[in-house]
Amino acid sequence: MEKLLKIDRRIIFILVALAVTIPLLFRFKMSVPPTTHVQSMYDKIDSLPKGSHVLISFDYDPSSKEELQPMARALLHHCFSKDIKVIGMTLYPAGTGLAVKAIKEIGKEYGKRSGIDYVFLGFKAGSSLVILNMGEDIYTAFQKDFYGKKTVGMPALKGVSSLRDIDYAVNLTAGGIYEAWIVYGREKYNFELGVGCTAVMGPEMYPFIQSKQLTGFLGGLKGAAEYETLVGHKDRASAGMAPQSVVHVLVVCFILFGNFLYFASGRKK
Amino acid sequence: MNFFKRTIPMTIAFVMGVLMAFQYYVPHESSQNLLKVVTRWGMIISGFAMFIGAYSLFHMHWNRIRQKVAGWGYSIFVFCGAGITIIFGLINGGEFFWNDKQAGTMFDWIFDNVQVPAGATIFSILAFFMASAAYRTFRARNKEATILLIAAIIVMLGRVPIGTMISQYIPVAADWIMSVPNLAAKRAILIGVSIGVIATSIKIIFGIERAYLGGGD
Repeated sequence: MEKLLKIDRRIIFILVALAVTIPLLFRFKMSVPPTTHVQSMYDKIDSLPKGSHVLISFDYDPSSKEELQPMARALLHHCFSKDIKVIGMTLYPAGTGLAVKAIKEIGKEYGKRSGIDYVFLGFKAGSSLVILNMGEDIYTAFQKDFYGKKTVGMPALKGVSSLRDIDYAVNLTAGGIYEAWIVYGREKYNFELGVGCTAVMGPEMYPFIQSKQLTGFLGGLKGAAEYETLVGHKDRASAGMAPQSVVHVLVVCFILFGNFLYFASGRKK
Repeated sequence: MNFFKRTIPMTIAFVMGVLMAFQYYVPHESSQNLLKVVTRWGMIISGFAMFIGAYSLFHMHWNRIRQKVAGWGYSIFVFCGAGITIIFGLINGGEFFWNDKQAGTMFDWIFDNVQVPAGATIFSILAFFMASAAYRTFRARNKEATILLIAAIIVMLGRVPIGTMISQYIPVAADWIMSVPNLAAKRAILIGVSIGVIATSIKIIFGIERAYLGGGD
């Protein structure tokens, strides 16, 4: 009993590694029915007419890429398939590389061109100040796009002068920046907002969903997988559902077994 | 010196604090122009803050190397990594930094093949430590811990597709935990934090809170 309670943590690590790799090798599929929060975000974008403007702020860096990049890809598939113009930007310095990769790759699949069907504005320091500045005038906040082209007169931004003209905004975030998007963006400039966040941040979104400050949210890899299901383009998030499920079950087993040993050994520390 | 270190910053904080608080409620064109100018100033200052951050990082690691503190060898990698990335960023694929950003440069290669996998690796290590911690420390020692443990198990299973396969009620229960007790707790925290932020802001504007000025003369 004592031995089991003091098991070498490397054995636990090996079990977790096996729980991740075996489902990936055998690739068994799992159905991912969409939840209401994901469905409402999908419905909002789906209801937008051709030529509408959706702003996606890629506020994450490589450390949270595995959860948020599949969301970005699924959202881009949805927007480009509906001929919606995408305005990309980031408030994270390390966010540009991932954003460019997602926009370019998905844009290419649909034959979309930079500056005409989409624009990537790049990174700007200042977080909430950038949002406020964009709320007043998008062209003063971003005078040039990521590639150095002037934003004034750009076809992808036609009809957009500030955040007030955005039809829908999505903040893909790995930090607290979503609060700035709500307070300084959505509340002040009156546009609809959705959030894509890491799974651990998911519980923080519920107060904003209930107050209708967010139309919906995508939480972690499962949120991305649900969106992939809705878009009909199953990708990396859907493939990640099997290992994630097995690891969750394994952790639950660890908790239950650990507690069984704890009680069986007479609640010794 | 007190005039420059205390009076001027406090006057700026008071004037700007009061001005911007009123600006929020005035939808006049001049008020919007003021916001545009002030936010642009803020963005410029934020840009400089990034330089200060970089300076602080290099300064700290330089001191670690100089004083040969434990693990000082790792600090060399900070300079190597930053140096190589900065050099390739400035070279910009042979077009140099004064030209527009070029695609497919060595800078991009470093990002895609070093920073992305390194970042993802560090983040994924969390799963291993969480599993180990769950086994060793997550115990039903008392009533509160038992409630937390049961809620954690329901949410963990309800948040993955396998939860639905076990029972259709697990995701429903997980959603209830999130939408009712979690929401209530989160909202309470949010209101508390917001009131705290408002109180601190007022204290800064009226010069009661001076910690941001730094200590000493």
